[in-house]
Amino acid sequence: MRKKLMGVLWGLVPILLALLFTMVVLVIVGASPLEAYRNILLGAFESPEKMADVVAACVPLILCGVGMCVTFTAGQWNVGVEGQIILGAIFATWVARNLLWPQVPVLTLMVLAGILGGALWGAVAGLLKVYGKVHEIFGGLGLNYLAQGLAIWLIFNPWKPADGATMSGTDPFPGPAWMPHFRHLRVAPLAVVLTLVAVVIAYFLLQGTRWGLELKAMGKNFRSAFTLGVPSTSRLLIAFSTCGGLAGLAGAIRCSARYGRMIPDIAGGQGYLGLLVALLAGYRPQWVPLIALFFAAVGVGSPRLELNMQLDSSLGGVLRTSVVLAVMLVNGWRMLRARQVRRAVEEAA
Amino acid sequence: METNFLIQTLASIVAASTPVVLASIGETISEKSGVINLSLDGSIALSAMTGFAVAFTTGSVTLGMLAAMAVGALVALIIAFASITLRQEQVAVGFVLTMLCIELADFLGNPFVRRPGPSVSHAPIPYLSDIPILGPVLFNHNLIVYLSILSVVLAWWWTHKTQPGLKLQGVGERPESAFARGVNVHRLRFVYTVIGGALVGLAGASYSLSIKLGWSHRHTSGIGWIALAIVIFGGWSPWRVAVGCYLFGLLKALGSILQRNSAFVNVPTQIFSSAPFALMIFALLLLNSEGVDRLLALLPPRVARQLDRAIRGRSPGGLGQSFIQE
Repeated sequence: MRKKLMGVLWGLVPILLALLFTMVVLVIVGASPLEAYRNILLGAFESPEKMADVVAACVPLILCGVGMCVTFTAGQWNVGVEGQIILGAIFATWVARNLLWPQVPVLTLMVLAGILGGALWGAVAGLLKVYGKVHEIFGGLGLNYLAQGLAIWLIFNPWKPADGATMSGTDPFPGPAWMPHFRHLRVAPLAVVLTLVAVVIAYFLLQGTRWGLELKAMGKNFRSAFTLGVPSTSRLLIAFSTCGGLAGLAGAIRCSARYGRMIPDIAGGQGYLGLLVALLAGYRPQWVPLIALFFAAVGVGSPRLELNMQLDSSLGGVLRTSVVLAVMLVNGWRMLRARQVRRAVEEAA
Repeated sequence: METNFLIQTLASIVAASTPVVLASIGETISEKSGVINLSLDGSIALSAMTGFAVAFTTGSVTLGMLAAMAVGALVALIIAFASITLRQEQVAVGFVLTMLCIELADFLGNPFVRRPGPSVSHAPIPYLSDIPILGPVLFNHNLIVYLSILSVVLAWWWTHKTQPGLKLQGVGERPESAFARGVNVHRLRFVYTVIGGALVGLAGASYSLSIKLGWSHRHTSGIGWIALAIVIFGGWSPWRVAVGCYLFGLLKALGSILQRNSAFVNVPTQIFSSAPFALMIFALLLLNSEGVDRLLALLPPRVARQLDRAIRGRSPGGLGQSFIQE
């Protein structure tokens, strides 16, 4: 009991440190920290509309975060998630523009196309890693630039709106390709359900299957896992495409439920935020939704800082990232202390 | 006329490559000692903003440059502390710091967005700048540009020609053997990571005070990742890293020349500004792919070995791994 309580208390330390750090940053610009925190909280939770926005903002974060739990478990830094979201959105947009069917088949196909597009792009990242022998961080970044270029080219050429191409994207999708919202709220129940299903599946894949165990072995020690007979190459490719598929689903959801069209910035940094979520969750899918909720709330609440306090909304980003950094530092510090205590005990004995 | 244009283009490539050169050389020094400072993209943004903000408020460009270097060194210090003392994963800490620094730069830099401010003054080097061709290309710039060229020469000289430089290589290649010979591996890694970080900070200052004056949202975006890729491209050797940097500068210059060409009017500018990044990273992939191995295998073994060594570098043996010094 006491141990559990201590665990919870230690869990709070990084959050306090991050709040303290953000406070210092606010004091530097001469703003009231409490007022800023109050604005973020209100901005996220003051009305049902805002809360619905928070839930909607959770969706891509959870999908990408869960996906990266899979690749991180295999010991891979899948930085290409941003591009995988874009490819998912591109595939889904193709369906929305070309298949003028009723809602149910169109949305089903858009979701499947999104998963396919993301999975393919994820597989390319995996292939580059396995056969290109370059750190996946650079392969992923290169693919992100390429996906971004492809999206812009599509929007400016074949998918150009009749009144001229701009950075604000394509024409709105035909009605059936919009994922229906819950009443007047900007959240699509279908997206939420798909996301929760993804969390459950990822949890069981990683915890309860041989595949998950093999991924873990690869993540801990790639060479030993290979020597012991884990078919590493195919496992790695599947891990990359699983993550890509989830990110692609996020892309399909963003263009169908949020924007109702394809825009150049369809990924909007969700891939990088998802990476932070996965890091903070310690690569365990069951923790992803809670952390994503925190990230989403800060993200939805921060723009209010601009309206009410004339502060840049990137303060929310400072808060989110400093929590992740504080967790790493506090964990490292606790491990260091434990080592020192152990050594002192050994020396005394 | 033609040669004039060529000289002007080369001179502008040398000037425009300043941040990439400084950041890549800083990263090379840090990685040679075995520590990956992945935070480059964020460090550069935060130091560019700080450099400009300090120069703007104090009116002193020198103070701005020093402040930027301090920021770069501080971020590097956090990475060294977290990865060496606290044994956290270098890449993870670096990635988080990248994002934290970008957000901080955006937030704290908000009051300075698009404000006109001071810049490093143009200072041709007497006599040297009169040398035909070489003079205008290399010696007709400002202090930061000279520092970037100097950093290449100094980094090469220090790592390859001096006793402490050999120790640095040893710490990065085989920390166990260096430690067995009485070298304090951890302390050296701290020192070189921080020095490298200071150079990265100067790279940020070169942006806001020399080549892309002032501060705005996403002012330096992407350049840190390019620098990280170029270090690999250059095989951790200062000369080849510098070649990589100027090659990237050439690509960018070509991009902007093509963009002005009437045949490409319909291509959105974003393609031209992001293409060199993608090209650079894919050049890296190609160079390391098995296809090159197969091509090399077709050549006589001696030629193949030399060519392999010439185009592909080997990473320091202890790069990115924590060394437990007890």
